[in-house]
Amino acid sequence: MSNIENLKSFDPFADTGDAETQPTNYIHIRIQQRNGRKTLTTVQGVPDEYDLKKVVKVLKKDFACNGNIVKDEELGQVIQLQGDQRLKVVEFLVSQLGLKKKNIKVHGF
Amino acid sequence: MSSAELGFDPSLKKKKKSKSTSSATASSAPAPAGAEADLFAGLKKKKKKSKDTTGEKDHKDSVDDVTATFETLRLKKKKKKSRHHDVDDFEKQLAKAGITTEEEAAANANLQANFIPYDKLLSRFFTILKEKNPELAGGQQTKLKIPPPEVQRDGNKKTMFANVQTIATVLQRTPEHLIQYLFAELGTSGSIDGEKRLIIRGRFQGKNIEGVLRRYIQDYVICKTCKSMNTELKRENANRLHFIVCKACGSTKSVASIKTGYQAHVGVNRRKKV
Ligand SMILES: [Zn+2]
Repeated sequence: MSNIENLKSFDPFADTGDAETQPTNYIHIRIQQRNGRKTLTTVQGVPDEYDLKKVVKVLKKDFACNGNIVKDEELGQVIQLQGDQRLKVVEFLVSQLGLKKKNIKVHGF
Repeated sequence: MSSAELGFDPSLKKKKKSKSTSSATASSAPAPAGAEADLFAGLKKKKKKSKDTTGEKDHKDSVDDVTATFETLRLKKKKKKSRHHDVDDFEKQLAKAGITTEEEAAANANLQANFIPYDKLLSRFFTILKEKNPELAGGQQTKLKIPPPEVQRDGNKKTMFANVQTIATVLQRTPEHLIQYLFAELGTSGSIDGEKRLIIRGRFQGKNIEGVLRRYIQDYVICKTCKSMNTELKRENANRLHFIVCKACGSTKSVASIKTGYQAHVGVNRRKKV
């Protein structure tokens, strides 16, 4: 049986890395409404290997908005930015940090 | 249809049979039995038949040749006679062949009367399929009509989503599930008023809600296998997972539970202000 090399090439039961199996891999970008027309963008799940402080610094300057880092017990560090910065954040994460677009989920309307 | 089938099958069998008989006739017995058997045969059959007769002729010819040579050895005059005899035989054979071909033509006509063109069969199949099993017949039935969300501003800070209930029933989901998704995606909360309309905190436009609904359908309604929207959401008690069960193709796929994710404390800001 062990002689059949053919069977080793592909394991149909192997994890394909498909979608919901590891939701922690996702970067969630959400939007919340504040009072009036004001909104808040939250970026959750940016990998730890990036220095969030520096990232926020750049984001603030690039988007011309205020922002800060919130530490959540379950979800880790979350970036908050003022205004609707969702599309810009996606673009930044993909082009500057080299993250994959399929791992980024944009929520909201 | 059944008669055509019946007509088709035996001809196939008979073809083989006639082959064997023809091989037998080559040595001894002549055509007639074979011709009778060929009454119901098809076009191919006909060819076969004619071939058979020619084969027989050849055989007879060769036999006559042999006898002729024999006779030439004895008497040269008799040879002519035998030739004549031979021609008679040949004509007889021809006549026989003519009869058989006529009979076969009749049989062919019969077959053609029973023959149903492909177009007709196909359209018949689809009409029956549409009657008995409309789900499989085509895309028309699977397309669900989802009414556009009726969204109105409710005062300054709230949005009223009037037809959540109907949309939820069209999608075959519980309104609770849909509302939970809406709140999670919009990052707000809300309530249901006396007329079962949804009141959402925050200002939202119809197109915003529509976009969220579209994503809800993508994530929680459409079957990933066959793209049908005729699905059910089932919760398995054993592992507390939610599954999309497709009613069209029967596939099941697990879906992630709705997660609100991180929610900024907007209230904190308000407290700061006050
Ligand atoms: Zn399906």
